[in-house]
Amino acid sequence: MVKLAENKHYSENKAIEKLPPPSKAYLPLIQHLGKICNPEVKVGDMIKLGQRIANIQANVYAPIHASISGVVIAIQDWPHPVLGRAKAIILEGNSQSDELTFSLKSRQEIDKLSLADIRKIVLDAGIVGMGGASFPTHVKLNPPKPLDTLIINGAECEPYLTADARLMVERTAEIAEVVTLIAGCLGVKDIYIGIEDNKPEAIKAFSRISKIKVKVLKSDYPQGGEKQIIQNILGKQVPRGKLPFDIGVLVQNVATIYAIYEAVFKGKPLIERLVTVTGNCLVNPKNLLVRLGTPINNLIDFCGPLKEEPAKIIIGGPMMGIAQYTDEVPIIKSSGGLLLMNEKEAETIEETPCIRCAACVRGCPVGLMPCQINLASEKLLWDLVKEYKASDCIECGICNYVCPANRRLLQTIKRAKLEGTK
Amino acid sequence: MRNNLIVSGSPHVHKQGSVPRIMWTVVFSLIPAGAAGVIIFGLDALWVTLVAVITAVFTEAVFGIWTKKKFTVLDGSAVITGILLAFNLPSNVPLWLPIAGSIFSIVIGKQVFGGLGQNIFNPALVGRVFLMASWPKYMVTFVKPFSFDAVTSATPLAALKEGKILEHLSYLDLFLGKRGGCIGEVCILALLIGAAILLFKGYISWHIPATYIFTTAIFVYIFGAKQLFHGDWLFHILSGGLILGAFFMATDYVATPLTAKGQIIFGVGCGLFTAIIRIWGGYPEGASYAILMMNAATPFIDRYTKSRIYGTK
Repeated sequence: MVKLAENKHYSENKAIEKLPPPSKAYLPLIQHLGKICNPEVKVGDMIKLGQRIANIQANVYAPIHASISGVVIAIQDWPHPVLGRAKAIILEGNSQSDELTFSLKSRQEIDKLSLADIRKIVLDAGIVGMGGASFPTHVKLNPPKPLDTLIINGAECEPYLTADARLMVERTAEIAEVVTLIAGCLGVKDIYIGIEDNKPEAIKAFSRISKIKVKVLKSDYPQGGEKQIIQNILGKQVPRGKLPFDIGVLVQNVATIYAIYEAVFKGKPLIERLVTVTGNCLVNPKNLLVRLGTPINNLIDFCGPLKEEPAKIIIGGPMMGIAQYTDEVPIIKSSGGLLLMNEKEAETIEETPCIRCAACVRGCPVGLMPCQINLASEKLLWDLVKEYKASDCIECGICNYVCPANRRLLQTIKRAKLEGTK
Repeated sequence: MRNNLIVSGSPHVHKQGSVPRIMWTVVFSLIPAGAAGVIIFGLDALWVTLVAVITAVFTEAVFGIWTKKKFTVLDGSAVITGILLAFNLPSNVPLWLPIAGSIFSIVIGKQVFGGLGQNIFNPALVGRVFLMASWPKYMVTFVKPFSFDAVTSATPLAALKEGKILEHLSYLDLFLGKRGGCIGEVCILALLIGAAILLFKGYISWHIPATYIFTTAIFVYIFGAKQLFHGDWLFHILSGGLILGAFFMATDYVATPLTAKGQIIFGVGCGLFTAIIRIWGGYPEGASYAILMMNAATPFIDRYTKSRIYGTK
C-alpha cells in the first residue's frame, strides 16, 4: 500500500448535479465482463426510456437499457472507453418524454421480496460492479454457500474521484435501506462499510446508521481493492485462487448498492451513473449524474470553460483509468471518473534500466515481485512469468508509480498475464 | 472533436524521485567519510579519490560513446563506483593505481555485463580485488594517521593477525578513525552519519547492514579468541572495512537480493564470510571478499526467497 497525492479537493464538496440527457446516446453492446449482448432493436425503432435494447442468454452478462427515449439511428462500431471500439446502439432523443418517471414501490411489495427476486431484479436492471470491474452483480448475489459478512466498499481509493463520497453523503438513507434489505435476504451477521479517513462527512453520515458498522480505513492505495478491503476490515485474507465467497464474505461497491436500490425500490434499470469530472484543466470540477451513452464531450462542456486544453483524457482515476483517444467516447456502466490532464501532467517520462531497488516489491499489495516479472516479460520468458505468479496481479499500478527508473512495469505484467493464460 | 490526445497505459501519475536522485544522494552521504579521510591522512586522500572518480566517469563516458549507448554519465553511478574504490585504497598509493582500478571497475565490473543495473558484482569491489591481486604491495602499506610524512603503519586488524598487541588504541580512537587503514573506512562516526542519511531517506533498509554487523560480531565473539566466547567483537566492528562495507557496499541494489528475507540471508552470509576470513583466513580483512561471494549467491537467494503472495501461507 502507498500514500498517493489525493487531489480530491477539486470536487469533494461539489453536490451531485444532473447532466441534461444527451441528444444522442451511444450505448455499447458490451459494458460488462462476460458475453457481448445482441441488439433487440433495429434501426428506425422508437424506443422508450428504460426499455431493454440488448440482451443475450448466458451465465455472465448484463442487459443494456435505453438511457433516453428516441429512435434507433444506427447500430455500428463506435469508440468504447475500455475496448477501443465496439458495436453500439445509437439513439437519437426526442426531448418531450425524457423525464425519468420511476416511482417508489410500496413497502409491502418490498417486504415480500426474496433473494431470488432481488437477483432477478438486479439482472433485469443490467446492474454490474460500478467500482470499475463491471462484473455482473446478479452473479455475486448467488453465493454457493451461506455468507456471514457483507462489506460495502466506500473506500474510493483512486485519487481525484469523489463520486462515491458524494453518494454516501447525499444518499445515505437509500443506501442503508437497500443494504439492510439485501443483508436480511442473504442472512449475514455483520454489515460493514469501509470508508477511507479522508471522507469524514461520509463517515459521519453512516455512523448514525445502527445496523451498519463503519470501518474507518487509512487513505492508502489500493484500499478499495476487493481483497485489500477484506483484509483491512476483517483481518483475514482470501486464500489464493479462492473467492470472497469461500470465506463467507460479499463485497459490493456503494455505487453498485445505490443502483440496486433504484432497481429494487423504483424499478429503474441501470441507465445513469455518477461521474466525477475533474482535473487541473477545469475551472469547475463537478460530480455529475450522467445518462449512460453520453459522449464525454458533453460532460466537459457542462463543466464550463477550460483553463487549458486537456492533453490527456482519462476515464476512471489516474491509477487504473484508461486514456482515451477521442472525446466522442461515451460514459458506460463502469465509468466513475473523467480526468483531464494538461500537457505537463501528461508528459511521459523516459524509461531507464532497472536498478533492483525493490521499491516495487515492497509496494505490491499482492506480494508479487514486479521487477522480476517485468524483466521476464521483456525477454518473453513466459515460464518464468508463471513462476513469479504474474496472474495474481490486480493491476493497481503501484509498481509503476513507485519505480524510480520509470519502468513500464504494469504494461509488461499485463502482457505477461495475457501470455500466461495462453 | 479532440483527437490529438495522448494515449498511454495506466497509471497516469508517477511518484517524485529518480535513479539519479538516489545515486547523487549516495554520493552526498559519502562526503563525511571522505572528509574524515582527508583530515586523517592529508591531501593525498583527496587526490586519490578525485583521480578515481574522474577516471570512472571518463571510462563510463568513453564506453558509452564506443558502444553507442545512451549517455549515462550523469546518473551518478560511476561517481559512486569511483568514490567507493578510492575509499578502499590507502592514501599513499601512486596515482596510477586508482586509475587502473577505476578502469577495471567500470569496464570489467560493470559495462561488460551491460551497464547500470546489470552487474553481478559490486563494481568498486571488483576493482579493489583486482588491485589487491595485481599490486598487493601498494594495497597493504598504510600511512599512520596524522603523520603527514608518510610514516607507514599496519592496520589494527593486520597487527592483530600478526599477534601484535594493540594497547595504544582505544575504542574511541577506532570510532573516530585514528588508525591506519583505507581512506574511507577509518572514521566510523562519519560513515554512520552518511548511513543515517540513506536510512532516513529510505534508500537503504536495515536488513543487510544490521544482520551483517551482528553476525560478524557474534561469530567473532565466539571464535575470535583462543578461548571460546572471549572474542573482542567491538574491536572487530570498529576495525577494517566492516562499517563501510555493511552500509555502502553490501547495500548496492543491483547485486543484492530483492526481498527482506533474501537481504537478511545476504547479510548473515556476509557476516559469516567476513568473520571466517578475519579469524582463520590468509588476509587480515575479509569484507570485500565476503560481499563479492554473497553477490555471486544473490540470484540463487532471490530465487528461493520470493515474497509471500496475498492469500498464501
